Amino acid sequence: MPPKTMFDKIWDAHVVHQESGAPSLIYIDLHLVHEVTSPQAFEGLRLAGREVRRPDLTVATVDHNTPTWELSRPVVDPISKRQLDALAVNLKDTGIAFYDRFSRNQGIVHVIGPDLGYTQPGMTVVCGDSHTSTHGALGCFALGIGTSEVEHVLATQTLRQFKPRTMEVRVKSPLPTGVEAKDLILGIIGQIGVNGGAGHVIEYTGEAVRSLSMDGRMTVCNMSIEGGARAGMIAPDETTFEYVRGRSFAPKGDDFEAAVDRWRKLPSDDGAVFDRQVVIDAASLEPFVTWGTNPGMVAKITDRVPDPASFQQPAEREAAQRALDYMALEPDTPIQDIAIDRVFIGACTNSRIEDLRAAAAVVKGKRVNNGVYAMVVPGSARVKEEAEEEGLHRIFADAGFDWRVAGCSMCLGMNPDVLQPGERCASTSNRNFENRQGKGGRTHLVSPPMAAAAAIAGHFVDIREWKTN
Amino acid sequence: MEPFTKLSGVAAPLDRVNVDTDQIIPAVHLKRIERTGYGQFLFGPLRFNADGEPNPDFILNHPSIQNPKFLVAGRNFGCGSSREHAPWALEDYGFRCIIAPSFADIFYNNCFQNGLLPVVLLEEQVAALMDKLKQQPGATLSVDLEAQRLWSDDGEFVFSFEVDPFRKRCLLDGLDDIGLTLLHEDKISDYERRMGVAG
Ligand code: SF4
Repeated sequence: MPPKTMFDKIWDAHVVHQESGAPSLIYIDLHLVHEVTSPQAFEGLRLAGREVRRPDLTVATVDHNTPTWELSRPVVDPISKRQLDALAVNLKDTGIAFYDRFSRNQGIVHVIGPDLGYTQPGMTVVCGDSHTSTHGALGCFALGIGTSEVEHVLATQTLRQFKPRTMEVRVKSPLPTGVEAKDLILGIIGQIGVNGGAGHVIEYTGEAVRSLSMDGRMTVCNMSIEGGARAGMIAPDETTFEYVRGRSFAPKGDDFEAAVDRWRKLPSDDGAVFDRQVVIDAASLEPFVTWGTNPGMVAKITDRVPDPASFQQPAEREAAQRALDYMALEPDTPIQDIAIDRVFIGACTNSRIEDLRAAAAVVKGKRVNNGVYAMVVPGSARVKEEAEEEGLHRIFADAGFDWRVAGCSMCLGMNPDVLQPGERCASTSNRNFENRQGKGGRTHLVSPPMAAAAAIAGHFVDIREWKTN
Repeated sequence: MEPFTKLSGVAAPLDRVNVDTDQIIPAVHLKRIERTGYGQFLFGPLRFNADGEPNPDFILNHPSIQNPKFLVAGRNFGCGSSREHAPWALEDYGFRCIIAPSFADIFYNNCFQNGLLPVVLLEEQVAALMDKLKQQPGATLSVDLEAQRLWSDDGEFVFSFEVDPFRKRCLLDGLDDIGLTLLHEDKISDYERRMGVAG
């Protein structure tokens, strides 16, 4: 047999039906559902008199629309409340596991999937959310879908897909000290561009990727979509197996050992051919900060805001100028001179326990700068619980951070956590689009330690020069 | 789904690259549980000033751009989130055909699910069309999906375009994807038995 990529192995194992000239029908092992992209899908099912085919392979929670204030305070926005209630009604009597606002298993879909052991190597995973690519970190084919497809998966447990092409992003040499998984993916997007991965599934390989923890790998795969890719994935290894072992919904005992034997066969074979290949040298990476309005507009912390005149193509020049106008930045300003108003540590990119630990280590014994409002929003109720057991919440609170309840929070400007017009934010989320965090808000994407340090300093700083207490 | 065969109408030029779905419809409007009624929010922050008044500089507020059916935009249109509210908002506003040098994958796919035709033309072709539409606001285009042809009604441009034959058929016939898949129900059950994942 010719050598196969990991993607090909997973794809081939999931093809239910194939007709020439039509998209393949592939089986879906795990379908995650949340309140925003599902109501119209359930309505479609009802109108057509169809049922959920595999409630046992479907898991639902609320995350996008929920306030992150204490659980004792109700949801006040009536339209949000209606949407949250609609999910509960839609799920009633379906047999789908549902983690509502008060559940110990609630959280951002892409945090709870792996954290609860639902996501396992070799699976196909979908969710009506583009950052489903996160789950690829465990060696899955995981992709975001639209609401019509959510309905399709609910009804048939399959998805129609044209087979994407494959792309290897090989990151050679180890990550330098102070350079995080977030910097790695920002560096990759800066290099390939925001549609550099279009039509492809990226497999991240190489020394820098292999040495990442699972939380770091999830950060990398999370932002695959920001590089335009259909999905991102990383081959499972001992790090992956140890991560999955013992999680609530992971196989146990002999079943687990048998599963690991299967998972070991997943990595791409030696000599497997990718449709495209990009090599990046980790040694060239530094902590990054985005300066513009898409995640490809990124600069090293030691750099300056670029001059639009320096861009070759007219469309790029115009886009850069529009971005600087929106961001209210002058060309050639040193990145470290950019002062911020808000700090958001959270979102499915960077709200797992290691992210919170790394941020806490930076702020321990220090105080948030006057005039900065900083918040930490754990990715799930379990992450929050774990962080509190370790006392991280106290470190943050002592430093003047607001410690919140799990949810998407200020990642997307949909729930009560939003930027005010003109406010500038250092954010660990994944999108710096215009108005993303609130109308008129200005977003700079950074790693958790960089965000934490910016909260203390009041402006961006080079984390490699940071002195911890 | 409403079939898509031929279309003629006013085209609006949106000369921006990387138009993301947050620009098309901001998240704050995704709280509704209906499929319709999103047109009023389309391109919200671009279309309206902070005081809620229409922004006269935005193309959809141009007096000659009435009831546009075509939108012409820069590359990587529809990047960002998977929200199907983006094609819903475009369609609810009246658009049926989006033309760009490239589209983000999920958005492209979502269009076909909703009877919207995304047309990929070469970068130079889109640039030429964009220039024309900016110089002659209110100019009209036509498209014939069966013939895979798109032209300006004054005859200045005629382009042919590629579209996957399966998706084309589904649009032309207004086919329901789920109905099509359920024709293969036996194969799904077979797969579940074979893989030991029967429910
Ligand atoms: S945290 Fe942000 S990116 Fe992640 S699922 Fe929520 S809204 Fe989407």
